[in-house]
Amino acid sequence: MEEVEVAAKKRDEERVASAHAYFDNIHTKRKLLSLVNFILLAAGSLLILSPIWWMISTSLKSMAEVMTYPPTFYPREWNWDNYIKTWKAAPFDTYAINTITITMLVVIGSVLVNSFIAYGFAKVPFKGRGILFAIVLSTMMIPGFVTLIPQYVLFSKLQWINTYFPLVVPAFFGSAFFIFLLRQFYMTIPNELIEAAKIEGASHFRIWWTIGLPLTKPALATVAIFSFNGAWNDFLGPLLYLNDESLYTLQLGLQVFKGEMNTQWNYLMAGSLLVLLPVIILFFFFQKYFIQGINLQSGGK
Amino acid sequence: MSKIVLKNVYKHFDKKVTAVSDFNLSVEDGEFIVLVGPSGCGKSTVLRMIAGLEEISSGEFYIDGKLMNDIPPKNRDIAMVFQNYALYPHMTVFDNMAFGLKIRKFKKDEIKKRVEEAAELLGLEELLHRKPKALSGGQRQRVALGRSIVRDAKLFLMDEPLSNLDAKLRFQMRAEIAKLHQRLKTTSIYVTHDQTEAMTMASRIIIMKDGVIQQIGAPKDVYDNPENTFVGGFIGSPSMNFFDGRIVDGQFVVEDVRINVPEEKMEYLREQGFVGKELTMGIRPEHIHLLRGGEEAGQTNSILSKIIVSELTGAHTLLYSMLGTQEMIAEVESRTNVSPGEDVYLTFDMNCVHFFDKEAGIRIRPEKSEVLVG
Repeated sequence: MEEVEVAAKKRDEERVASAHAYFDNIHTKRKLLSLVNFILLAAGSLLILSPIWWMISTSLKSMAEVMTYPPTFYPREWNWDNYIKTWKAAPFDTYAINTITITMLVVIGSVLVNSFIAYGFAKVPFKGRGILFAIVLSTMMIPGFVTLIPQYVLFSKLQWINTYFPLVVPAFFGSAFFIFLLRQFYMTIPNELIEAAKIEGASHFRIWWTIGLPLTKPALATVAIFSFNGAWNDFLGPLLYLNDESLYTLQLGLQVFKGEMNTQWNYLMAGSLLVLLPVIILFFFFQKYFIQGINLQSGGK
Repeated sequence: MSKIVLKNVYKHFDKKVTAVSDFNLSVEDGEFIVLVGPSGCGKSTVLRMIAGLEEISSGEFYIDGKLMNDIPPKNRDIAMVFQNYALYPHMTVFDNMAFGLKIRKFKKDEIKKRVEEAAELLGLEELLHRKPKALSGGQRQRVALGRSIVRDAKLFLMDEPLSNLDAKLRFQMRAEIAKLHQRLKTTSIYVTHDQTEAMTMASRIIIMKDGVIQQIGAPKDVYDNPENTFVGGFIGSPSMNFFDGRIVDGQFVVEDVRINVPEEKMEYLREQGFVGKELTMGIRPEHIHLLRGGEEAGQTNSILSKIIVSELTGAHTLLYSMLGTQEMIAEVESRTNVSPGEDVYLTFDMNCVHFFDKEAGIRIRPEKSEVLVG
């Protein structure tokens, strides 16, 4: 009887021991796996960050050092005053104010107008809604360059050349991608919310303003970021429509460093970095919304 | 404080599906009407047409004598509670309740006063600054109710307001809504698929099936005198038992079982020529009694049956057995100790049975004492 008990106890102990070994093994496996992951991700980030490092290092070099061969990985002399010289090389203060004005107007327009249109497509039933939405979406398939010349002709006939209208007004007419993005978001809001508000006495405009806008904030943030990016980095638009130097934007301003014969790479890089800075800061703060908004496209939430 | 009339109201979807047909109803001021029926019977559609969320395909709808067909919801002066509460997630409880008042441009003090009154009535005082996310299901339901009572609307609509709650809470809220109605006396229309809710809350029940009204009446009338087999089967839990058979020699014959029919019932069955025809007999489970011991066994109308399942529900026991090949449920007192497989004698209280025309499913009524309900 005792022998049997001892044997049973021993068997139990063995089982426990083998279980421990098993779990230890899994732990080590996990650790190894995460190390491999870390190395791969680190290598990837280095690869992606290298051009940015190249920009930074070039922006701090003297022109002579930029041209040396073989190129230096980091500047021998750190010319921080490159940045001041860059900013003073052209009326960048004015360019910055101009760019901020245009960008703000475009962002406000995109956020409000696209949201309003998307609300209509998602929550207001009307005849031909499906077809109309399909037509709106189909405009995404037209490459921008196809409409470039007709658009220029249109704006010139409106006497809008050399004004900000061609850069700002289109943002107040909605864009297919943003409308689609926001409509998908609106679809996740239960119809009962809209109906309840209707019964309470709210008009569609009121419902959109007091319920639609606050509930779609994440998607609106995405739209704001995308449209900010677009307007801030737009080069072709200002190049086409703006003639007076006093109306120039930052992206146009950067062109002063690109001569016909030679380009002042160090100043160009310094200028580009300065112009890029707001976008990078914005990205850091709104990263969450960026990713959320893009995820929404694939239908998830 | 209002009177509502619906006249020959129809609802078609896409010209093919008829969700509601020939709906006629007149609601007096202060009534609590419950629309009940299985899912897809058109009860919610009726409510949504009254709310103005759904267009009326044809027919007329009046509130206080005014035609409402083309009046938008906001001008109908109605309040509605939705099944999923439809609270605005980004607003506090206070703002949720104040929303309609703000839109109607009430003064700030008036809004505050009304919201606080409603909050007190519903026990929400402590929660006014919370967001809906931080509330339990029952609390959310209360906020939804509060939102609709602050406006003091003419008409109160409720679309399955309790079906998202657990059983105990549902029971509690049911009583609370009934209490609220007794206090406010607002004309109310309440939609549910739960016949218990209908029975307990309604001043009048409307039973619907496939978009057609089956019966309108006070809960007691509907329960005691179902117009057809559908109403009989739908109202009451467990359902009414139905047995197909025919009248032969003053007896109802179900397969090989013969049951004596009281003379007064025989009289009108005979008069209307139903003797020998295919009939359905309906009897509620509580009208089937268990005969004790052997001494009563073998007397007239006793039926020997083998119990298949015996369910103790607390106050009662449900006995499942077969009458011929047709299922039968009896509700007897709880401490009977009948075990499955046992043979017992059951007897029908034949004064409480109903006879239905088998084909049409319509109840056969004594012609003279005709009382039309509804």
